[in-house]
Amino acid sequence: MNDMARLQKQRLALYGWMLAAPALALMSLFAFYPAIATFWHSLFTRGTTRRPSVFAGFENYQDLFADPTFATVVWNNLIYAGVTIPVSIIFALIMALWANAHIPARSFVRSAYFTPTILPMIAAANLWLFFYTPDLGVIDQITGFFGASPTNWLGQPDTALASVIVVTIWKEAGFFMIFYLAALQTIPPDLREAARIEGAGRWTYTRRVLLPLLMPTTIFVFVNAMINSVKLIDHLFILTKGGPNNASKLILYWIWEMAFAYFDSPHAAAMTILVLLALGLVAVAQFRLVEKRTHYR
Amino acid sequence: MTAQTPFIQIRSVSRVFNGGNGVHDLSIDIPRGSFVVLLGPSGCGKSTTLRLIAGLETADHGTIAIDGKDVTNVPPSKRGLSMVFQSYALFPHLSVAENIIFGLKVRKTGKDEIKSRLTEALNVTGLEGYEDRKPAELSGGQRQRVALARAIVAGHPLCLMDEPLSNLDAKLRHSVRKDIRDLQQRLGITVVYVTHDQTEAMSMADIVILMKDGRIEQAGNPADLYLQPATAFAAGFVGSPPMALLPASALPDAVIPPKTDAGRLTFGIRPEDLVLSTDTSTKAWGISATVTGSEFLGAETFVYVAIPGTSGATARLPGQVHIAPGTQVSLSWAGAAAHWFGEDGQRLAPTATREAAREPNTSFETDTAIPSL
Repeated sequence: MNDMARLQKQRLALYGWMLAAPALALMSLFAFYPAIATFWHSLFTRGTTRRPSVFAGFENYQDLFADPTFATVVWNNLIYAGVTIPVSIIFALIMALWANAHIPARSFVRSAYFTPTILPMIAAANLWLFFYTPDLGVIDQITGFFGASPTNWLGQPDTALASVIVVTIWKEAGFFMIFYLAALQTIPPDLREAARIEGAGRWTYTRRVLLPLLMPTTIFVFVNAMINSVKLIDHLFILTKGGPNNASKLILYWIWEMAFAYFDSPHAAAMTILVLLALGLVAVAQFRLVEKRTHYR
Repeated sequence: MTAQTPFIQIRSVSRVFNGGNGVHDLSIDIPRGSFVVLLGPSGCGKSTTLRLIAGLETADHGTIAIDGKDVTNVPPSKRGLSMVFQSYALFPHLSVAENIIFGLKVRKTGKDEIKSRLTEALNVTGLEGYEDRKPAELSGGQRQRVALARAIVAGHPLCLMDEPLSNLDAKLRHSVRKDIRDLQQRLGITVVYVTHDQTEAMSMADIVILMKDGRIEQAGNPADLYLQPATAFAAGFVGSPPMALLPASALPDAVIPPKTDAGRLTFGIRPEDLVLSTDTSTKAWGISATVTGSEFLGAETFVYVAIPGTSGATARLPGQVHIAPGTQVSLSWAGAAAHWFGEDGQRLAPTATREAAREPNTSFETDTAIPSL
């Protein structure tokens, strides 16, 4: 090969590495290294001053699977994700369609929908703590007006998880609405009129034109909702602390509890690795399945 | 227009938007099978008129009837028409074939019929082989044809077009113009076509409806509009380069029609009716003017002249003409070529005829005062 050409190629490769270097360094420091270190840590027993930590293989993982709390927490999180993801997406879409229509006080409606997103989760949770207060809270005031007896929404296993789910949806839907609103505004009104002339009603237009064109946004929102369903646990600290009887405990809260309340970091590390694995699988499936069926403009 | 009932009847329709734009007390009759062009500058209400016919806007007052049926309050899909949008309004996520049959599918047409209609529409518009492409993978001209195919596939007797050529380049525009006209005649459909381009209107229309400020300025066939503009606005809008409109006060008294007040008249002359002469002494009533520039276009040359007290005029001379800027010339014309408009812009007397308008060109060719190559 020509020397000059080889030199040029090498230089290009050098540029490539130089451009990638900052991201690579930061990613290694804050993502790759911690992930590997966590995995390594999960293979050892919990060390104390008297009994130093020893290599245990996958024993920590076996312990997790044997723990009945594991099943409860995973099941809780599945319900949590299974409800919050679709419901908040549907609410976001409906709200966006409404806020995008020509209605009076449109900007007021938009900002009202967006308000929950601006509030810190801790503040929002405190707000909802008042709403849920038995007998005195807003919810019991309203149900009491119709003659229902007071309910301890957060304090009984039957309703604790549902109450937490409601807060999450309330918090998330407004945020997702903004993305739908932005996407709706890029759809030219001509398409609506063309569909009308072709005889498509509101529903046909929504189903055959609007939803497919919003698909890229839906995927983005879906991924965000999924991430939130794992990571958004701030309100648990205020509302239920995972109780009663683990009824509202989610995976990440459980990990935090193991690591920082019981100081059992090896088991927490093992659980973290399991979560990473599960999320990785979902990500792969998502890219394989959904991306193919989506039209990007 | 003909004695039979018009295909589209618009009766005293008004639609006024906030700010005063829209259409005011509009009445139009459109015969079946004709190619009607709504022409006018932007904001003149031509698109609103089209959208009123389509049913995308609802009239504040008045009635609209299509094919003898009052459709004033009928939704667009029940009016039996199709529409081509300026942006084409193709659904970006659907393939060419799915875009074309969108309406047929919505109306639950039978599978076999959809297939045969699709094949025909693709054939007519020359889109065979592009069925599976997405609009983003097509050129502008091809997208335009998809929009056309979608408009004709349902076999509606009426097709509305809203500036369908404005997104095409000049060369393509010319050929598509001819294609649309051929298609309209072959299918025998009625087309209402909106444009601001007078060339499109003149070359395609059976009837041109020239609009201004929400009202009809003049309606008629292209020759009428060109040879007998009803108003000064029509005279200035139709024709390229436009008719020169000069205040009569800048003209010599000899050419002013008798018993009129020169201070209130506007004089109009088509560029091809102007005769240029470098001999400024012979014609007693010629206007003296100064050449400011010229443009050679192959078959003809435009010569721009400045006339004191006016915004100037353009003369269209056949062939190549060499004339230096700054040359003093005398402008004249055959008397019948002059157009006169009153203070209100209305035409005064029907003076121009096709024959008379052509006359000056022949007289120019014998004029040897201007060297020509």
